[in-house]
Amino acid sequence: MADTILVIAEQREGKLNRVSMETIAAAQAIAAATGATVEAALFGSGIAGIASEFAAKKLAKVTVIESPKLAKYEPDGVVAALKDFIGQKKPTLVLMPHTYQVRDFAPQLATALQRTLISDAIGFRKDGDKLVFTRQMFQGKFAADVSFACPAPHFVTFQAGAFRGDKAEAGASAAPVETVNANIADGVQRNQPEDPFKEAKQAVDLTQAEIIVSVGRGIKEQKNIELAKALADSLGGEIAASRPICDSGWLPMDRQIGSSGQTVSPKLYLAVGISGAIQHIVGMKGSRSIIAINKDAEAPIFEIADFGVVGNLFDILPALTEEVKKAKAGG
Amino acid sequence: MKILVCMKQVPQKDAPLKLNESGTWIRDDVSYEVNEPDAFALEEALRQKEKHTGEVVVITAGPARSQQVLREGLAKGADRAIHLEDNGFVGLDAFNMAKAFVAAIKDEKFDLIFTGLQSDDYGYAQTGVIMAELLGWPHATIIMEIQKTDAGIKVKRELESGFFQHVSMPLPAVLTIQSGINKLRYATLLGIKQAKNKPLRKVTLDEVKSALGDNMQKIEKLYIPQKTKKTEMLEGSPGEIAKKLVDKLRNDVRVL
Repeated sequence: MADTILVIAEQREGKLNRVSMETIAAAQAIAAATGATVEAALFGSGIAGIASEFAAKKLAKVTVIESPKLAKYEPDGVVAALKDFIGQKKPTLVLMPHTYQVRDFAPQLATALQRTLISDAIGFRKDGDKLVFTRQMFQGKFAADVSFACPAPHFVTFQAGAFRGDKAEAGASAAPVETVNANIADGVQRNQPEDPFKEAKQAVDLTQAEIIVSVGRGIKEQKNIELAKALADSLGGEIAASRPICDSGWLPMDRQIGSSGQTVSPKLYLAVGISGAIQHIVGMKGSRSIIAINKDAEAPIFEIADFGVVGNLFDILPALTEEVKKAKAGG
Repeated sequence: MKILVCMKQVPQKDAPLKLNESGTWIRDDVSYEVNEPDAFALEEALRQKEKHTGEVVVITAGPARSQQVLREGLAKGADRAIHLEDNGFVGLDAFNMAKAFVAAIKDEKFDLIFTGLQSDDYGYAQTGVIMAELLGWPHATIIMEIQKTDAGIKVKRELESGFFQHVSMPLPAVLTIQSGINKLRYATLLGIKQAKNKPLRKVTLDEVKSALGDNMQKIEKLYIPQKTKKTEMLEGSPGEIAKKLVDKLRNDVRVL
């Protein structure tokens, strides 16, 4: 029997998390290189409806793992259900998107099975018989090729954007969908989750902005943010920031770009004093054009920038603001 | 509450990193600092102790240089420290690292274990959750608030896209702490002085070796990532750069 790659898809409140399609695309790419078959599974309560979205993709099977105990996410019930399912299915590879939810349960799941998880991978390659996964290290300054040194099942999570969800191949006919009832014993679930909520109504929707000037640690002091604001104003754009700036209270949290903030894809993303940590990059790498200004020529932000300037932002920002004003005035 | 804080020494954010000759790790002649989320984890532990009394213990693993993060923790107010001291700890995968920590604290009774949500070097975001499973304790990740309740604790988890969630859980438990949960304090001169007399227990690799297995994942090689995009670098004086950028904004990016 061919090896099975199992994709564990993510749904929240009965809605498919689109990043799951990227994991399907990743699984299909690995299957093409290894000859494995791809199956998908999703867990929850009353979620059979969204299984059809997966069944349209080229998959050998879609399994819906149902239990009223899985209605609200918490890790213990999920791990109990998936541990049983993986024990029966015996996949060689289990793939998941590297979401906050997966980060919460996947290390527990791998440990419960005495296995390991290669987390936040951005790609794979076949090295002889061996699959090697690429991950970023040292905040993206280096990449590492990582392999498994233990028996299957092997667990891998993929970073959002590592594969293209729209490249997930459709099947010739709908994949069979099977519903299994998870048997989660009473008392297994120790955490009592409440409903997700938003802190306050988000004042700024940066996803709609065409131009974003974003500041990072390189701005040094709160008062220097005015330099970036002046540039944003001259361009008719919005000001945004990386996480540390919002953590310091220099800009409100709703101006934060990255995995814990907003994900944007403006026409222009001008990154000022932002080194480009992975958590920031995932929130802006879809931008049409990226300009980076940073004093450190080695900063990972330059890996994804279209135009780069290595220099002192305190000199360059005022000069650029003046030049933009002149250009707008018809100069 | 008795709280253990797992801390890691990582290369400084701005430190220029170089590969070692075999291309498996970085050269270690760089400046190091406390992994940032771990600093927030320590601060939260100190605040919980101030509110509810108890004890804060800091733990790290690594060569002699990594003792510095424990010294900083003690100077800020931790009561004692545990150092798993050996260069061999640096190469452990997250599973083995968690096993080493669990082995080192087997005779202790903590109510809570805090870790930063991930490290700036490996970036696994796993060690805390694995420790919880090894100990048979519940866990919650990416925590932004902790309140003590009659039955245990109630925490605020950060979810994606600006969402949060409250979770009630029993103790003992493991929490991974998000950066920005609090405002960091500085060590005082008095604190730094007092730290010198606080207990620091050293644990050798031999002492915990029997609890460890072979690494289940292996870093085959480390390298500078290949560029996926061609970046055009602009040079000159600030004025010249500004002119060049405006030209790009007008003709390439087309926003002017």
